[in-house]
Amino acid sequence: MFRHLPKTPTAISLGLALSAGALSAEGLVISNWDGYMAPDAVDSFNAASGGNAELVLHGTNEEIMGKLIASKGKGYDVVFVSSPFAEVLNNLGLAETIDHAKIPNISNLYEQATKLEHDPGNTFSVPYAWGTTGLCYRSDLLAEDPDSWMDLLAPDASVSGKTTMLATDRWLLAAGFLAKGYSVNETDEAKLGEVRDLLIDAKKTLLAYDDATFYAKLVSGEAELVHAWDGWCNYGIAENAEIKYTIPSEGSDLWVDTMVILKGSENKDAAYAFVDFILDPQNHGWAAENILYKVPNEPAMAALSADFIASFPNMGMGPDQLLGYEQLRDVGEAQRAYSRTVSEIKAAN
Amino acid sequence: MNDRKPIYLMSPALAWLTAFMVIPCLLILALAFFRRGIYGGVEYTFTMENLALVFDPLYASIFLKSAWIAGLSGVIAVVVGYAAAFAIAAAPARRQPMLLFFAVLPFWSNYLVRTYAWIVLLNREGLIVSVVQALGYDGELPKLLYTESAVVVGLVYNYLPFVILACYAPLSRLNPEIAEASRDLGGSGWTTFRRVILPMTVPGIATGFVFVFVLSIGNFVTPALLGGGQFQMIGNLIYAQFLTANDWPFGAALSMFLIAIMMGLLTLQTFATERASGARREES
Repeated sequence: MFRHLPKTPTAISLGLALSAGALSAEGLVISNWDGYMAPDAVDSFNAASGGNAELVLHGTNEEIMGKLIASKGKGYDVVFVSSPFAEVLNNLGLAETIDHAKIPNISNLYEQATKLEHDPGNTFSVPYAWGTTGLCYRSDLLAEDPDSWMDLLAPDASVSGKTTMLATDRWLLAAGFLAKGYSVNETDEAKLGEVRDLLIDAKKTLLAYDDATFYAKLVSGEAELVHAWDGWCNYGIAENAEIKYTIPSEGSDLWVDTMVILKGSENKDAAYAFVDFILDPQNHGWAAENILYKVPNEPAMAALSADFIASFPNMGMGPDQLLGYEQLRDVGEAQRAYSRTVSEIKAAN
Repeated sequence: MNDRKPIYLMSPALAWLTAFMVIPCLLILALAFFRRGIYGGVEYTFTMENLALVFDPLYASIFLKSAWIAGLSGVIAVVVGYAAAFAIAAAPARRQPMLLFFAVLPFWSNYLVRTYAWIVLLNREGLIVSVVQALGYDGELPKLLYTESAVVVGLVYNYLPFVILACYAPLSRLNPEIAEASRDLGGSGWTTFRRVILPMTVPGIATGFVFVFVLSIGNFVTPALLGGGQFQMIGNLIYAQFLTANDWPFGAALSMFLIAIMMGLLTLQTFATERASGARREES
């Protein structure tokens, strides 16, 4: 996934729940998406641990994966990646097997977040944020509220040319898979072909593919209905209350962004301490409140105000609802067929 | 007679190019012959599959589409740019530097910013639509942004100064007496232009066209922004292989093929220029 924050939220001081005892976080390297945690999170962690952790940024999962695979996991201690990529790190033997005793705050996770399909029992990844992919739209401009993926893929004439779709392989294809009632991890060639044809037809009605500015297009009115991650739809909702988010009747995928400690880390104690620091309800709750993504942290979510949830209804989705959707999984060798299919869709006239 | 040329002065440039261009290109070339690992990365077993895949109808059609967009941009840029260069070369000599300065002024701002400016102009809630509507038109306007035309407009706009400079050089060096001679011999203005001026400025036109073509065919920013991701050009395909599909070997094979096309064109252009100037030398 590919995220950034439209505006840097005012830094708030973080609760420092770190138990005393100076840990050596000397040279700890953390890689995360830009704006995906509090701007002062690393500084606060350093102040609490007396260390010298450093934050580096990646734009996409693929970018950090390229670096990790090339360096065989050296040079990084904790990375934030989406769950299919965490699976790959584990399959490549680059992910540390997690010692729960070193992360007391892991008990803050919802029980459901410890049973995620990609990693039951959190053996190599700790979930950081989770959510759904659905439709984000201008309720004041559409004649009726959308309730099906087909409202996006075969829009009414009045909406045609005013829709956008995510361009990232997995989510673009997921929209087609869900519309057809297939698994979001489908690898059957014939089904992939059907989805390709459906998405080529859909392309004719699109304004654009857009992974980064779709909510701004809704705010300006350039687009009226867009394919969106729930957290990013919230950025649109923050600017215009007529913007709404819905999950089509056919369902959504459940995406999970995780923290992975690398086996090659030379600062494992500090890496554990950092993960524990993030799982502190106050620190983890900051992400929910300011980045507007759901976090799988029970006390952090319980602390959100009713007003906040009324403004951003999708923040109120509970873990049971989320677990009802299929998680994107690593599809291994089929990724090449996915890439090719997406090239075919984008090259079609 | 001292015939020693200071070739050693070239060594810093050569060292720079070798270290940062030749060696990386060779690495990319080598990469094209290996296999992609299941999870990305590279398996060091030899294969020709990546190169064969470049000629797959799907990818070949993306190459052709890119060549079409780059060629169209090149032609439009040459027509517009040549006219501008002609006007500048015909202006009073003291004004020419100022006019050239204006022609290259856009280069002083960032490429991305200039491309975003087109989004502001062309989008459905943008400046052009607003102006047309303010003038009283209330029908639905055709989609301006996220179309093939928007991509071509963006490419032409961004590379036009190259063409103006490339065409201005030979036009400004033309001896005015040649055109006068043509007129004295009864050639009309159009005939003089077509039979005398145009042939003598072919090297500038070729340089300008090849510049625009080569820069456009590998461009991935403009199609992504002005094409709304709906036009996959070869640059976007290569970008995707390296940054999203994690298929470096195939990306490398595509890059090599693209570099080969560019080198072929640049060689042709050099030949054309050489021949044209060679012919002129013989005449004089």
